[in-house]
Amino acid sequence: MTDITERDASVRERAATARATRPSGPIGARIERKEDSRFLTGMGQYTADITLPRQTHAYFLRSPHAHARIRGIGKQLAEHMPGVLAIYTGADLPESVGGLPCGWLITGTDGQPMKEPKHPLLAQGKVRYVGDPVAIVVAESGDQAKEAAMMLQVDYEPLPAVVDVREARGAAAVVHDAAPDNTCYVWALGDAAAVDAAFARAAHVTTLEFANNRLIPNAIEPRACNASWSAADDSYTLYVANQNPHVERLLMAAFVLGIPEHKLRVIAPDVGGGFGSKICLYAEETVCVWASKRLGRPVRWTAERTESFLADAHGRDHWTHAELALDRDGRFLGLRVKTTAAMGAYLSTFSTCIPTILHATLLAGQYTTPAIHCEVTAVFTNTAPVDAYRGAGRPEATYVVERLVSTAAREMGLAQDEIRRRNFIRSFPYSTPVALTYDTGDYEACLDGAMKLADVAGFPARRAEAQARGRLRGLGFSSYIEACGLAPSNIAGALGARAGLFEVAEVRVHPTGKVTLFTGSHSHGQGHETTFAQVVAERLGISIEDVDVVHGDTGRIPFGMGTYGSRSIAVGGAAIMKACDKIIAKATRIAAHLMGAPAGEVRFLAGTFAVPGTTKNLPFAQVALAAYVPHNYPLAELEPGLDEIAFYDPTNFTYPAGTHICEVEVDPDTGATQVVNFSACDDFGNIVNPMIVEGQVHGGLAQGIGQALIEACVYDRESGQLLTASYMDYAMPRAADLPSFRLDNRVTPCTHNALGVKGCGEAGAIGAPPAVINAICDATGAKEIGMPATPERVWRALRAQRS
Amino acid sequence: MHGFGYYDPTSVSKAVAILDDKPEARYLAGGQSLVATMKLGLSAPSDLVDLRQIPDLRGIRLERDGSVVTVGAMVRHAEVAESRDVADRIPALADLAGMIGDRQVRNRGTIGGSLANNDPAADYPAAVLGLGATINTNKRRIAADDWFHDLYETALGAGELITSVAFPVAEKAAYLKFRNAASRFAIVGVFVAKTRQGARVAVTGASPQGAFRVRAMEEALTREWSAAALRPIDVPAAGLQADLHASADYRAHLISVLAQRAVAATL
Repeated sequence: MTDITERDASVRERAATARATRPSGPIGARIERKEDSRFLTGMGQYTADITLPRQTHAYFLRSPHAHARIRGIGKQLAEHMPGVLAIYTGADLPESVGGLPCGWLITGTDGQPMKEPKHPLLAQGKVRYVGDPVAIVVAESGDQAKEAAMMLQVDYEPLPAVVDVREARGAAAVVHDAAPDNTCYVWALGDAAAVDAAFARAAHVTTLEFANNRLIPNAIEPRACNASWSAADDSYTLYVANQNPHVERLLMAAFVLGIPEHKLRVIAPDVGGGFGSKICLYAEETVCVWASKRLGRPVRWTAERTESFLADAHGRDHWTHAELALDRDGRFLGLRVKTTAAMGAYLSTFSTCIPTILHATLLAGQYTTPAIHCEVTAVFTNTAPVDAYRGAGRPEATYVVERLVSTAAREMGLAQDEIRRRNFIRSFPYSTPVALTYDTGDYEACLDGAMKLADVAGFPARRAEAQARGRLRGLGFSSYIEACGLAPSNIAGALGARAGLFEVAEVRVHPTGKVTLFTGSHSHGQGHETTFAQVVAERLGISIEDVDVVHGDTGRIPFGMGTYGSRSIAVGGAAIMKACDKIIAKATRIAAHLMGAPAGEVRFLAGTFAVPGTTKNLPFAQVALAAYVPHNYPLAELEPGLDEIAFYDPTNFTYPAGTHICEVEVDPDTGATQVVNFSACDDFGNIVNPMIVEGQVHGGLAQGIGQALIEACVYDRESGQLLTASYMDYAMPRAADLPSFRLDNRVTPCTHNALGVKGCGEAGAIGAPPAVINAICDATGAKEIGMPATPERVWRALRAQRS
Repeated sequence: MHGFGYYDPTSVSKAVAILDDKPEARYLAGGQSLVATMKLGLSAPSDLVDLRQIPDLRGIRLERDGSVVTVGAMVRHAEVAESRDVADRIPALADLAGMIGDRQVRNRGTIGGSLANNDPAADYPAAVLGLGATINTNKRRIAADDWFHDLYETALGAGELITSVAFPVAEKAAYLKFRNAASRFAIVGVFVAKTRQGARVAVTGASPQGAFRVRAMEEALTREWSAAALRPIDVPAAGLQADLHASADYRAHLISVLAQRAVAATL
């Protein structure tokens, strides 16, 4: 990977300045979210709120089998049901319609490209997971479409299925003929020989084997779309609950439907959560777009909650064997990781890069481990596809590292903070043995901060008090790192990305000096309408009320790569700064003309252009007006107007990091675990809106604790049925399950973007799971407890300890 | 969901008459289970006969000098949880009602609906069995021990309607519940009561056939009302529910732990 040590001194300086000036301006202020009054009063406009003239409604018939051959589909009964307009199956899709593409090519250790079987929009020949779409029924009403779908007669020949990631290789069931051993790729990163040498001279080796449990994302708004086609200009409009409308458009138009890209407008209006599950291009919206032209009427689909469980891309699902070699002082010598990662039945958009590029590269954690090797085997299973879910690869990496580190400390009799202090990276930039270069950080500061928040010093007394009540208390540490701000496009490209990962901003200054910001990032809960307005307001010296943020519409925004991987402020925010810089540069020249001064002498500060040492000054709004009413204007050298677009491609990832400390109390009689305290001290670089950041951390921690304690996607091993297909069986964390979080932060500004920001959206979900499990292991004395650590699992671990 | 007719009669006799006339109709009490099954297409009644306009099915009354608490079939869980009379006479029953589902469920769901449905993990069956309650219908009075037949099966006949449930006041009683983290139903719930006729221990959530009594525990507690009296009793795992949430032997263990804690809570 490219060595990123060259840095722009002016960028670094401005990042530092942004921090220094924080308290006075909009950046750093706890401003209430501008969008919330809309959401809280029911004025949000979600995809399912949109009804178009001559609206039709779609229902997807899905496979009831985990694996089956389709012998035939009888449509006759269904076609004559009331209100039915059309029924299409995989056989009805023309040759010109392609399969869903995978956005990231992984090349295996054998030099061969990954196995990339076709992902048809509707099953062709076989179904490969319970929920695999088989047919679309379009009718005058949703109920009619559903009732007709129930009358479709699909003749299935059930085939053996494999759902367990551990059993995929060598299973009798073959998901795709193109991958007879169910293997998509075997990929590796790091120096295996160096790792072998490290283990050969180790004084101690800690070994663990565990699952990173499969999760179902559960956005509050189910997936939805409404596709229409205009005969007037042969163009399409797609409303869709999606996190990256431009990527959706590009993939759908160019790679699947063969529609000219400019003839497809994708609008992702208000979107009720994504957590990664709405990054991918899905079959349903693609079929609806195709069908809208066939029918000449708009086609709307909204997933039922059961469909969300069955057919949203799931997260995680790794089986991992990991070993850490240490010297006698507890210094890490080498790390060896072998993981098998489920891809599910088909390759979803970003599936292949998650266990590789976003996982193996993070295995250095916050430590100076000199030799690391990771081998990843990606397998097909008869389950829903797996793709990004909050953290995507980085929670899996952090879980490996932090479980090993905590276990090693216990095995070697070292304090949890001490083993970490002995191994922390302290000098930056730091190039890891797994291809990343950390630009900055202060890991000990976050560790100290978290220990203070968690009152680690008082823990022995709390443990004794709990003991007196017959309860077991434990403390678990997790010092995580993540790579956010995806990503330098050249590096991503070298690693197999089939897209760039820049971001785009357009700052349109209106004649009155008010501003509309068009961003390629997408907000589906993150609060961009507020934080991005704060950035613009700060930079242009105007009020945040004078800035509106537009996102989620390919018809209005020049381009964009969307929101995932905690990239919005780090990449999208930097693009906004760059566009603001262009605005200021041009406005400075206009102001110089108006004030009769050389442009080089004009300074812009706090919304005013001035010539230092003189009384000459002009407010921003007056310069904006001159740009649109160019009566007194340097027309020979400058265009009128004040509207600038910036594309920003980052030079490095950003590296948020921190320490989380979880304190649990276990009831030894029932095995029930209660999280009694959770402390997180994070370094997100500079913070634009501390309140929104805290909200992000709260949500991430809830999901991370949920993964550790209660969330589990379970398929039946025999039938391949999804056993956790509703909230009756899939447990989501609730407020009452969680303590009031103790949060703090430390700041080392990112050195390579103008805001000095790193991103905060995924940190909670990354740091929390190993903190919780480490705490339970500390409380119970068990070496390993699988996630989710249900009461029965903990009870069994305790019983095993006793016997 | 399929279409259906809707009636909201104002008397028990009118409600029963509709059911007599329409065999595919169903009573709608709180709808917390029925409506969900309709949405999933698992049931498709021709008509719903909503019982909420029937005054005779409402209200909580103290009877027989306050030795019996009678709860109308359409009384919602939240009303039982908040009832002063229930809290005074049988606090364990108020506690149990306050543990059902979540706030939304408690504001909709009714005791009659719960008992007629007889979900094997529902809470009320434990109280009904544990207190030896009587279920009153439009036709007869049915003792708790005769009420529960099997999974979702009760003594209730076709068209028969629960009108109220009479709970005798116990000397001591407590209910403890180990919740399913997803559904908030009981993985195991144990109701213990010290009554004039002796101790009763009822368990819900643990058997695929529904709530049941643990005679060995009852005998031990009748001899001596203490947690220690339960310690030697081995709860067999055979026949208990085993599913993705808990194994049979873990459930057996929980019955033992919860029963002891419930007794301790009454002391």
